[in-house]
Amino acid sequence: MTIPRRQKVALVGNPNSGKSSLFNQLTGLKQKIGNFPGVTVEKRSGVTSLPDGSSLEIIDLPGIYSIYPRSLDEQIVAEILLDHHAPTTPNKIVVIADATNLKRGLLLLSQIIDIGLPTILALNMMDLVARAGISYDIKALSKKLGIPVVPINARIGIGLEELKKVIAGPVSSPADSIFKIWDEVKAPVKELRETLGVDNDYEAYQFLEQPKSLKFLSAKEQQVVDDVRNRYHFFPGKFQGAETIQRYGFIQDLLNEVTLKQTDFSWKNYSRKIDRVLTHRIWGYALFFGLLFLIFQAIFAWATVPMDMIDLLFADLSRYLHSVLPDGPLTSLLADGIVPGIGGIIIFVPQIAILFAFISVLEESGYMARVVFLMDKLMRRFGLNGKSVVPLMSGVACAIPAIMATRTIDNWKERTITIFVTPLMSCSARLPVFTILIALIVPEQKAFGFFNLQGIALMGLYLLGFLAALGSAWIMKQIIRVRERSFLIMELPTYRVPRWSNVGYTIVEKTKAFVLEAGKVIMAISIVLWVLASYGPGDKIPNARENVLAESKSLRLTEQGLEDRIAAYKLENSYAGVIGKALEPVIKPLGYDWKIGIALITSFAAREVFVGTMATIYSIGSAGGKDDATIKSRMKEEINPETGGPRFTPAVGFSLLVFYLFAMQCMSTIAVVYRETGGWKWPLLQLLYMTALAYVSAWIVYQVLS
Amino acid sequence: MVQTPKNVSEMKPGDIGIISGFTDEYLSVKLMEMGCLPGIPVRFNFRAPFGDPICISVSGYELSLRLEEAATISIVN
Repeated sequence: MTIPRRQKVALVGNPNSGKSSLFNQLTGLKQKIGNFPGVTVEKRSGVTSLPDGSSLEIIDLPGIYSIYPRSLDEQIVAEILLDHHAPTTPNKIVVIADATNLKRGLLLLSQIIDIGLPTILALNMMDLVARAGISYDIKALSKKLGIPVVPINARIGIGLEELKKVIAGPVSSPADSIFKIWDEVKAPVKELRETLGVDNDYEAYQFLEQPKSLKFLSAKEQQVVDDVRNRYHFFPGKFQGAETIQRYGFIQDLLNEVTLKQTDFSWKNYSRKIDRVLTHRIWGYALFFGLLFLIFQAIFAWATVPMDMIDLLFADLSRYLHSVLPDGPLTSLLADGIVPGIGGIIIFVPQIAILFAFISVLEESGYMARVVFLMDKLMRRFGLNGKSVVPLMSGVACAIPAIMATRTIDNWKERTITIFVTPLMSCSARLPVFTILIALIVPEQKAFGFFNLQGIALMGLYLLGFLAALGSAWIMKQIIRVRERSFLIMELPTYRVPRWSNVGYTIVEKTKAFVLEAGKVIMAISIVLWVLASYGPGDKIPNARENVLAESKSLRLTEQGLEDRIAAYKLENSYAGVIGKALEPVIKPLGYDWKIGIALITSFAAREVFVGTMATIYSIGSAGGKDDATIKSRMKEEINPETGGPRFTPAVGFSLLVFYLFAMQCMSTIAVVYRETGGWKWPLLQLLYMTALAYVSAWIVYQVLS
Repeated sequence: MVQTPKNVSEMKPGDIGIISGFTDEYLSVKLMEMGCLPGIPVRFNFRAPFGDPICISVSGYELSLRLEEAATISIVN
């Protein structure tokens, strides 16, 4: 006996047509987020229950204006809709259209109908239609199109029961296609239908028009299509303009027949008045930078409260596990490897949630399009997009949510460059490293009476990070060559009050995606780092206590002092210590010794670990982390055996500052870049580039200053 | 004497023209899909603070486009 497959229904529509609202209304929290196979386009699917008790799978396809793709997102939709015989082929399609202005929605709908899958039209925003004084003869519209038409209001969920009823029932596709294919292509279309068994003329015509969207065909079948295309001298794109004009002709006639009352655009003027302020040369930028500052404050300051709580909770859990479980490698793996690893993932949740709350409000309200409008000219010079501003600024708080925010950038090249340079913005994890090093090497004096020198040094680092990001972006713009043309033909949608449940869904979705997908990589690296720091070659680590006791018999150490020494001894003789020592010749030109080398390795978990590692290695672990002054004075006392002077000279200090500013010392960033770019190519290139940049810059700084 | 604008990039805020054609085939399809059709009136609304991009109204939609893209839309008035 076979269990009948759950029916699949795909949602298709223009951006800003209310597709996300409809999807959220239909599926609620029963949503799954993943990627389409092989590409980084996000796939959202969910389950909805029908009045008869059965259920449907709803797939939310990326918003498109036409079946002809111009970006990766649009390509996916074309591929799914053209492949009629796969297990993933949707059984039915719901096209959602903005009823306040139907032209563009109907253009897409007419293409979808012609492709031949059973289609339903959901007319959205019927409340605004009524307010604008338009009314449609929906029965006539349905009859003319040959498909069911359901008026809905996706924002508040009106008409959904009716829509579900229609989806559940039988939906047939009209026999005649709306678009009449050209006489010139009738012969190749006929040939394709005969040789490949393509369902209808328009689908076969699409095979000719879209050579790049046919990955579902076998190599042999693709060869057949290419062969037919060549023999009939068919160039993809040749007839696209003419097709669009023919379709609009049909749409105009249709609208003339079914529109009972014409629209007035008074509510559109409302939007234009707001734009006069929000895109003003002074107020526009002032408001935007004010908003950026607010976002920055929120992720920088407000997020620390829940983050500290998470930190404390996991530290307590670690300690608790140590106290109740017997000592041993398994307990250590659990309490020192896995629990802090999970903690290291969860700690980002507050920042991700806050940033995406802001971003989804900006998107929902229609303001994001104005941000692009304001910033496009400035950012374009650096190979970036107007939308890159938000990730770059958020990067000052944390690169993780910032890189996730680049999904809003449609252009592949601009998005990749933004991802690549965002980690160069100085994030909040660098701050503890910066403060302790600056306190160590920059005197606490005032320049010109009121500028605090330490403050200037800190600001200089942030500025340097920003300039490095822009410079790197400019270089990448010259290097990456793509055939994808960058253009900005974009709708400025009408301003709307955000729908708060959509904001909530976005937060849940982004957090889930990070915890589940980037979390896996972070977990794996955490465990590797734990092994490196807790195990070492030979038997020095198991015998650490005896060895330290033997060495320091005459020193009369306190209990605390002894524990600190043992911890330092263990770290020195661990694999991390061995690698740190092996690294010494490489980092010597930068002015570092093996102790700093160990800190560079452990910092890979997260930059702020530098401070803790310094504390452990200088045998002041018990005071470490909580008391910067102790670490600072201990570091000040450290002597460079070769010079007899202090280890942390200004040259070493500045060299370290620059190294920490540029180096990619954050496994979570690597994990999130891996997820967002769908492979290891970009995270590894980025690791390589940033390490090289950090090394060379630190070398120059050290050589110039010493 | 003021020259009459021949394409959308030469228009001034408040100007209205009728789209007569396109000079870039690749962009023309995209523009038409977004509602810019030959014979349809287009209104130049305003420029971004640095002069580029611009905002236009066409077919009841507000679109933003770069000057170089606007230059491919020919108009009569």
